[in-house]
Amino acid sequence: MSHADDHKGTRRDFLYYATGGAAAVTTGVAVWPLVNQMNPSADVRAQSSIRVDVADIVVGSQITVKWLGKPVFIRRRTEEEIAQARADNDAALVDHLARNDNLDATLSADDQNRAMDDTGEWLVMMGVCTHLGCVPLGDGSGDFGGWYCPCHGSHYDTSGRIRKGPAPRNLPVPVAEFVDETTIKLG
Amino acid sequence: MSGIPHDHYEPSSGFGKWMHKRLPVIGLAYDTLMVPTPKNLNWWWIWGIVLAFCLALQIVTGIILAMHYTPHVDMAFASVEHIMRDVNGGPMLRYVHANGASMFFVAVYVHIFRGLFYGSYKAPREVTWIIGMLIYLMMMGTGFMGYVLPWGQMSFWGATVITGLFGAIPLIGEPIQTLLLGGPAVDNATLNRFFSLHYLLPFVIAALVALHIWAFHHTGNNNPTGVEVRRGSKEEAEKDTLPFWPYFVIKDLVGLGMVLIAFFAIVGFMPNFLGHPDNYIEANPLATPAHIVPEWYFLPFYAILRAFTADVWAVQFASFITGGIVDAKFFGVLAMFGAIAVMALAPWTDTSSVRSGAYRPAFKWWFRLLLIDFVVLMWVGARDTNFPHDWISLIGATYWFAYFLVVLPLLGLFEKPQTPPASIEEDFKAHYPGAAE
Repeated sequence: MSHADDHKGTRRDFLYYATGGAAAVTTGVAVWPLVNQMNPSADVRAQSSIRVDVADIVVGSQITVKWLGKPVFIRRRTEEEIAQARADNDAALVDHLARNDNLDATLSADDQNRAMDDTGEWLVMMGVCTHLGCVPLGDGSGDFGGWYCPCHGSHYDTSGRIRKGPAPRNLPVPVAEFVDETTIKLG
Repeated sequence: MSGIPHDHYEPSSGFGKWMHKRLPVIGLAYDTLMVPTPKNLNWWWIWGIVLAFCLALQIVTGIILAMHYTPHVDMAFASVEHIMRDVNGGPMLRYVHANGASMFFVAVYVHIFRGLFYGSYKAPREVTWIIGMLIYLMMMGTGFMGYVLPWGQMSFWGATVITGLFGAIPLIGEPIQTLLLGGPAVDNATLNRFFSLHYLLPFVIAALVALHIWAFHHTGNNNPTGVEVRRGSKEEAEKDTLPFWPYFVIKDLVGLGMVLIAFFAIVGFMPNFLGHPDNYIEANPLATPAHIVPEWYFLPFYAILRAFTADVWAVQFASFITGGIVDAKFFGVLAMFGAIAVMALAPWTDTSSVRSGAYRPAFKWWFRLLLIDFVVLMWVGARDTNFPHDWISLIGATYWFAYFLVVLPLLGLFEKPQTPPASIEEDFKAHYPGAAE
């Protein structure tokens, strides 16, 4: 049965394509809920913002809090750390963006664009290595006096910027603000 | 089922004839068991049986362990301790299952390297080889998810690192990672689905194993000479082969017995030798262990993952020509999966007309170097990433790719191979001059 001289297509061709199309759409509609059930459920999505009391954090120390299932570092930096971080603004950075969710996404990775306040005393960032998601060690670890990820050897400086190792980006700064003198609201 | 001529099942009993007309399943089992097998197979050919045994062992012990395990973040760790302390024979069952995974991977690595040396991947066995690679990938997925279930520190952080690999894919990576995790981080949803999939995948593997066996029963086994069984007639084929039952079944069971002696020595006397002590600490999302080490069988590919950092010129070049889409992290992921993909491509990158490595003098040296490379990568994968480990893993990873993409194609063009024997029978007689016909 050749259609070589019948360019218009037959009723049978039409039925083939219509059946095939209907089957493809039906299969897709049936499969999507089976895949979508793996996305975060309502209770997981419902995790709202949290408030963290930072009154007890002394200069030169940090706390780690769990937010959205991930650790967040809240560090109260010393004068030396701030000075080091700002001096390193001109160093050879791997990632030149601030990665600060509170500010414009195109801002440079200067320490001023990453710290919470103008003095630079408070640094809040996700404690999740941008390589493969381990929690970096803090308190002056690594070659640059900031954080060091033990999994694959990524070194972050005192501003949380990636300086050496396989991680591609600076530690991201989450949406955070002081709601009063001693309380930080995350999210 | 077999492409080699041989006697097929003829039902003799009344029931046999009745059944054969309706569902020829006895015939299928008979033809599978009696398949003509090259009579010169050496001891490297026992690992298929060991692998089949491992799969059965893991499925049986796994189903039993699932009767006592609870896939919930608050109870998983405790339920494993419940198996260890309260369940009758629980420690033995769990240690057999945990170390069974190691035996499975020992066997699959020997089996793969046997195929690589004797050219088992070459035409017409490419499909057998590809299915084997798929089985190996499934095994890695199953092993990884199984290691997450005890919900120890290594479970949790291994899961974080490995699911993070998918997040490295540009654009679609983060939605895929979220889909795998069921949330922003590894949590209860992740544990639950990993349990479900860990239970499912072994049965997918079993189906693939059936296809794997079907494929090489159709082409016939490879053998140490790489010379095909003559199949002009049944009589000719019988000069090169023996039926699988009883000859190779008995031989393979001897091999399996030897392997099991070593296996039960480990299970009985050093059951935690291959595990990591940190996995006896319950998972803590706020503290990464000082040193995350995957199970030993992932180490060579883990080393390849870590080898390509941002200061390697190949990474910088890839980043430059893709406009930054391929960064060091994505490059590492590509390299790790690529290391397995190049193995799967071996049937097409190997240009040599001689199948078996036994007749390829230059190939032998490159192959030995590949074995050493594999062991070195396994060793360096468990080390930190400081000098000289970064260089060792980079050199090791480079050779791995070079073997499949440069050495195999070029050797076929420049190597002067020896002449393989004319037939399996000739080779067999040369080895065993007094053997009975």
